[in-house]
Amino acid sequence: MAQTVENDVQLEGNATESNLKPQRLKITRFSDDSDKKILLKRLKDVEISVPIVYGTIAFWLGRKATETQSHKWTVYVRGATNEDLGVVIKRAVFQLHPSFNNPVRVVESPPFELSECGWGEFEIAISLFFHNDVCEKQLDLYHHLKLYSEDESGPQSTKKPVVVETYNEIVFPDPSEDFYARVQKHPAVIVPRLPVTINLPSVLATNVEDLNEKRGDTKDHPLSQWFNNFSEADELLKLAAARQQVGPLTS
Amino acid sequence: MDAKDILGLPKNALPIQEKKSKPPKESQRKPDGISREVYALTGGLAPLMPAVDVNQLKRKAQSDNEKITWQWLPFTNSARKDSLQLYHWVRVVNGIPPTGDYSFAKYNKSVDVLKYTDEEYEKYLTDPAWTKEETDQLFDLCERFDLRFIVVADRFPSSKTVEELKDRYYSVSRAILIARALSPGDVATHPLVKETYNASQETERKRALNLLLSHTKQQERKDVEVLAQAKKISEARKASKASEESELPVLSDIGSLGADKATADTVNPSTNSQIPSSSITAPVSETASVIASLRMLRVYLRSYALEQMVQAASSSAGLRTIKRVEQTLQDLGVNLKPKVPTKAVCAEHLELRKEILTLLNLQKQ
Repeated sequence: MAQTVENDVQLEGNATESNLKPQRLKITRFSDDSDKKILLKRLKDVEISVPIVYGTIAFWLGRKATETQSHKWTVYVRGATNEDLGVVIKRAVFQLHPSFNNPVRVVESPPFELSECGWGEFEIAISLFFHNDVCEKQLDLYHHLKLYSEDESGPQSTKKPVVVETYNEIVFPDPSEDFYARVQKHPAVIVPRLPVTINLPSVLATNVEDLNEKRGDTKDHPLSQWFNNFSEADELLKLAAARQQVGPLTS
Repeated sequence: MDAKDILGLPKNALPIQEKKSKPPKESQRKPDGISREVYALTGGLAPLMPAVDVNQLKRKAQSDNEKITWQWLPFTNSARKDSLQLYHWVRVVNGIPPTGDYSFAKYNKSVDVLKYTDEEYEKYLTDPAWTKEETDQLFDLCERFDLRFIVVADRFPSSKTVEELKDRYYSVSRAILIARALSPGDVATHPLVKETYNASQETERKRALNLLLSHTKQQERKDVEVLAQAKKISEARKASKASEESELPVLSDIGSLGADKATADTVNPSTNSQIPSSSITAPVSETASVIASLRMLRVYLRSYALEQMVQAASSSAGLRTIKRVEQTLQDLGVNLKPKVPTKAVCAEHLELRKEILTLLNLQKQ
């Protein structure tokens, strides 16, 4: 199976030397890696990671609650630091319970989220599709929608939602040069510094999306007050302490 | 009787049943061809297939119109050098005893040990390590004991190893053959000429076999482990070649180890010393193969990557050990799956798991 990939999206608005090449790069994909390497020019031993948080926030509707619609909930994928994920993710597809109308919901632009009303808890499948120069394969995440809180102390409140978030990092092991060039300065992406020998054209223009109407980042999102802060410091400390206990015993 | 009252069973039922069961049994008991007692031996059932056709057993003697008697007669054995006469039972047909040699005489085979003259010895067969006397003794013993070198070595006056004796015998025989041959081509196909005896190789081989035989169970287990690791490493080699990785510097070392194991003949005791080093490098190759397979995915979640690495690192451990590792993690207050799986956190987590695994393995011993 051969697929063609076109790179005109990223060539717009960039005044770099690489534009002088033909506008459309046809890349046919075979199982042979060397073909890809010649055409897509991947960076070996470089790993680009995108820290994300995905989850649900559910509010009880209180007086307005009905039998079939007792809660209003939102499922989303956001950057861990609330930066715009649109630079990496092209679209997100949320697969809901079949009892919903049109259970396959596609979100074409950031913020990648979806709000609905319902009464039941179920597993939501989130499929992330990346830009062409990022990755041709999709990534699937699964999240269980929680409407009722763990501690059953007292009645539900319409003010305090049930929040379940999961932190993870999307890793791209062999990023293409184009991808790297595009995101190396972007705050949503963790990019290692390349050795001095490799020179990549830096992207001068800012992200096209920022100039448009909708913001892709979730820094001032209406629900941002409920977002969890995930800090690795705590976990690192615990791990270091544990290793200190175990390490000496193994020597 | 009271029980039957309680159960409410009709009292008449049983006697009728008893009568019914007896007659069918009686009719079954009349077999034909086999006596009743034998039939009972098989448990009252007919055998599947008679092993021997019953009719044939008695008929064979009847159809022969000859008279068979058994007589106690003397006999001679051509295999004997003396003229000892022994007696045994002989099957005589119609008064005529059987002719022919003793039936086991044909099995008296011996080896043709070459004999050399003194001249030949002076010309071709002298050797610094062997005196003529010793060589003569050797050949004499070889002939007496039909080349049973173990016995020869035992009987040999001065202590020489079996390999040395063999070496001397074969090289002398070979030399004689070649010397006596009219042309080299004549004897080229003779097994003694074609294949030479390699004493050093033989010593080595026997030592290795001995070593293998005297392996303790622990060593056997280690061998199996090392072989499994070598297999993994060669597979990792293939995987890394496919993704054009050039890591795994220890491969050359392990490669020779693998080649070593392939030839069972030359198992060296030095492989035992190589095992500790290979067991340390094996986890490196396991993670390398995991990394290779992750790269194939093109995109993955870091938590998934960590899971794969943990699985690879614990692949040599049993289920109980893995549970104990997890228990230890919990006791230390560490999440089994990190809540914030960043690169640093995952690396630390993996290292911690490996350390706990090492600790548990050490504690086991």
